Amino acid sequence: MAIEVRIPTILRTYTDGAKAVDGAGGTLSALIDDLEGNHPGIKERLVEDRSGSTDLRRFVNVYINDEDVRFIGGLEAELSDGDQVVVLPAVAGGAR
Amino acid sequence: MLTIAQEIYDAIVAHAKRDHPDEACGVVAGPEGSDRPERFIPMVNAAGSPTFYEFDSSELLALYKDMDARDEEPVVVYHSHTATEAYPSRTDIGLASEPNAHYVLVSTREHGNSDGPVEFRSYRIIDGVVTEEEVATTPTTESSQKASTP
Repeated sequence: MAIEVRIPTILRTYTDGAKAVDGAGGTLSALIDDLEGNHPGIKERLVEDRSGSTDLRRFVNVYINDEDVRFIGGLEAELSDGDQVVVLPAVAGGAR
Repeated sequence: MLTIAQEIYDAIVAHAKRDHPDEACGVVAGPEGSDRPERFIPMVNAAGSPTFYEFDSSELLALYKDMDARDEEPVVVYHSHTATEAYPSRTDIGLASEPNAHYVLVSTREHGNSDGPVEFRSYRIIDGVVTEEEVATTPTTESSQKASTP
């Protein structure tokens, strides 16, 4: 059973150009580890070490069934088979 | 080179002037792979700041799902600088994540909310490398007249 993960353009270098890949895991954290196994290097683009613990990168948005994971547990957000995960880099910037 | 309809160019400038002194932001979507910016989509700056912009996370998802359903991509990603020149900042470069997009910067530092010319410049930003490009405007096309507002 699988979880569909939608991959943004900038990360498709890790998925041989695929717009979506299948992954597995009971939490977002486990799913990202599973993706890393098949698409080495992708984890580093999604998470970062922040004051000793691993967290989602500030300017990467991840959604589970259209919900921003920041509001449903972050990396510990729960996943079930058939869920859809969307990864989108923030569109952001500034004058400084 | 960025080729863009005059009407969309004007709409980007008008948005930047309207939101001054905060930064304005948005995209112009077009058919995937076409390099044609056709559908003007102004976005809310969730940061509401004169020095930073960020699309709201749920609006970002809705935007990308909508473009996906229409087989579109963001051909132009635009934002304004309100006190500095229309050149990508270190933050802009670090966060640029659409290698196929033209990054348009508009500076409203000269005239703010008032009439008057603005700097309107376009760049490619790929792997941290900024390349400025020419901007050419074309008379309004039929497709740009269908430009939507949120």
